[in-house]
Parts: sequence; structure tokens; C-alpha cells
Amino acid sequence: MFSNIDWNVIIRSLPYLFFDGMRFTIMLTLMATAGGIVIGTLLALARLSNIPGLSHVAGAYVNLIRSMPLVLVIFWFFFLVPYIGQWLTGAERPIQVGAFLSALVTFTLFEAAYFCEIMRAGIQSIPRGQVQAAQALGMPYWTAMAEIILPQAFRNMVPVLLTQTIILFQDTSLVYVISVTDFLGAASKVAQRDGRLVEMYLFAAIVYFLISLAASYGVRRLQHRIAIIR
Amino acid sequence: MITISNVSKWYGKVQVLDKCTAEVAKGEVVVVCGPSGSGKSTLIKCVNGLEPFEEGTITVDGISVGDPKTKLPKLRARIGMVFQHFELFPHLSIIRNLSLAQIKVLGRDPKTATEKGMKLLERVGLSAHADKYPGQLSGGQQQRVAIARALAMDPIAMLFDEPTSALDPEMINEVLDVMVALAKDGMTMIVVTHEMGFARKVANRVVFMDKGEIVEDAATADFFGKPRSERAQMFLSKILQH
Repeated sequence: MFSNIDWNVIIRSLPYLFFDGMRFTIMLTLMATAGGIVIGTLLALARLSNIPGLSHVAGAYVNLIRSMPLVLVIFWFFFLVPYIGQWLTGAERPIQVGAFLSALVTFTLFEAAYFCEIMRAGIQSIPRGQVQAAQALGMPYWTAMAEIILPQAFRNMVPVLLTQTIILFQDTSLVYVISVTDFLGAASKVAQRDGRLVEMYLFAAIVYFLISLAASYGVRRLQHRIAIIR
Repeated sequence: MITISNVSKWYGKVQVLDKCTAEVAKGEVVVVCGPSGSGKSTLIKCVNGLEPFEEGTITVDGISVGDPKTKLPKLRARIGMVFQHFELFPHLSIIRNLSLAQIKVLGRDPKTATEKGMKLLERVGLSAHADKYPGQLSGGQQQRVAIARALAMDPIAMLFDEPTSALDPEMINEVLDVMVALAKDGMTMIVVTHEMGFARKVANRVVFMDKGEIVEDAATADFFGKPRSERAQMFLSKILQH
């Protein structure tokens, strides 16, 4: 099986794999992480708030999303987003948003549910006295959150947040179901076209492994650097 | 300046405050003492609205704390509070701990706020530690910083919630010294504490609480000389015999 391996196919397809495929994967990962953390944090604040109903709505959303397979959600959004867009803008036809935007919206909203639970744990890990101290100094809710609680919660949770991002990085490969070309998609296309399945899938596995390994090593270093002195 | 009248509070069905009434005049130092679980801390936290209460009224400088129309953050900014566990912000440097609320709440510019913070750090003898983080300071030092942080807001009154209970014995005096100096400067203070030496030295009045009730409210000399209630007598005999 390894006798007629052609490693040159990898070299030849490198520009396509990385400039088309990997760029998409990384962009989707970073943008969905950023959006997911912002929305997830707001969801966490909603879940922890004592405004009647708000915590239930946020909790229902989080539990719904977390109980569904990601592939299903990707499908769903890909077919639903145009109609939601139509409904929101009152347009005559479903609004075509393009695969990238559709994927971005999906991953952001999906990851937000997971980031919400991480941030909720982070916020709850901050002693109640910190909130009281901030309040006693006259800080309104949002100031106390922005200056005192969230920065500490965020730092406590950075390792978990980044680990979730590494999982997201791997999960982005599921966009193949809506025929988007991410890194794995690009590798897959070359593999099929040139009949070089072994080489391309082996190479893809190695690249995913190396990037994930490097990222988790980076997480560990970062964790030491930003730790709060106690 | 601070008027507490008929304040009652429940946690579910458990009543933790029972018709508490007390008054603190401007410049007065009032020590609140009593056995643990008697509601001292809860009462003091009601004064700046950190704890809600169901019945009665509390007014601070003429503003009603329990009134839903009262802007609590505004009121709290004028009342300093010192906590049992210091509650400095561990992710901020000492000087930032002192300047943050001045900037964000009072709207002072960062330079003025930092200068004010440095002046107060000097007053509590810690200006050398301005750029350190709370975790690098001892408990006594942290509590002095916490007092300075509260003072940075130019409060009209200060609330102390067992400020020395979490400290190692050798650090208690450095904190009490700062508080004594503050009292001598004429600050209005409510202090929940078991430090009877401090009470004797600076308190104008002692309020004794038990089971959510204010059992005794007497001038300091009277309280230590001849407490009227049996419960206060028992309490004193227990903590003063050493």
C-alpha cells in the first residue's frame, strides 16, 4: 500500500490547502470564538440574573443547543438563515447569505451555548464578597461586571475557553456537509481528484494534530503568565 | 446621620432582624457587638443596601435606603465599607484598587485619583506597596489598603464589618491603630467587632445584639460598667474574662 505513495501531491497542493482551506478554517475558528465568547458571556449574565424570565429564556436556549448534534445545527441554519433573513427584512425572496456567513452564524451561536456554561462557572467562582465590595464602592451592575467580576472570571477560565476553541477548530471541518471548502475539505478534494486518499488524509491528520498540540502547549504557558497572584 | 428604625428582615421563614432601632449622629463611633449569628453583620449591610430588608426604614443623610426610587449605587458611593475578608480586587494593583472607583464612579480624572490614592496609602503606611498586587501583602496590610480604598471615595460615614476577625493576632493592632486614628479625626463609624479594647477606647456608644434584636444601646462607659440586660452581662463575662 505504501509502495506507490506520491508525497509530491502534497507539495503541489500546499498553496491550495493552506491559502484556501486553512485560511477559511482559521478565520471561522477565530471569528466564531470571538463572537461565541461575547454572546456566551451575555447569555451567562442572563442565566445568572434575577430578572424574571430572562434566566429561563437563556437557559432554554443553552440546553436546546447543547442537546443537538452540531451537524444538525449546521444543516438547520444553512437552510433556515435565508428564510430568517427574509422574515427579518421583509424581502420577497429568501436572502442568500453565502456559505461562509451561514457557517459563521451557526458556529457562533452554537459555541455561544458552550462558552455560556464556561463563563457561568467562571462568574460563580468569584467570591460573593467581590460583588459586594464593588457595589459598596458605588459601582453600578455593568461597571462591577466589566471591571471586577468578568476580568477575574475570564482569567480563571482562559484554559477552559481555549480548550473549547481547540475543539471548535476541529469541529469546523463539519462544514463539509454544506459543501464549504475548509482545510479538510480542500485536502479531501485533492485526494479525490488525484486518487491520493492515503497521502492527503494522513497529511491532514498530521496538520490537525500539530496545530492542536501547539495550541494546547500555548494554553499551558499562557495560563502561568496570566495567573492572578493570590 | 444614620437612622435605623424598626428594621426587620427574614431569610425565608427565619427572622434574622427583629425591629432594630438605632441612631448614629455625625462624628459618632458606634460599636455593634454580640454573639455570632446575632445579626450584626446583616444589620450593617442593610445600612448601605447590600442586604435588602422587609420592614422598617433606614435613612442615611436624609436618604431612605429601602425606597425603591433611591439610586443605591449613588448612595453607596458616599458610604465606605470595610469587609471581614478585605475583598481587595486581586487582579488589580494596590494603587488601581484605590483609584478605580474614584475614576469610574466619581468621574475623577486618573491623575487626581492616583494622587489621592497615594496620599491615603501614605496615611496607612503602605505607599511602598502601591504597585504590588493584593496577594503579595499580608492580611493586616490588605485590610489597611481596604480602609484606604473606602476613604478614597471621601465617604460621609464608614461601616466596618468585623474588620479584624480574619486577621492573625499580631496584625490586629496595625488595623485597629488606623481605625482609632480615623475615629479621632471625627469620622462617623459603625463598627461590628469583638475587639472590646477598641470599643472602650474610641466608641461613643455600644450596641449589643442577640438573636436579631438590639438588646442594649448604651454609652460605652455604662455598657462596660453596668450592662442592664442579663444577656449583655453574660456576653461580657464570657469575652472579658481573659
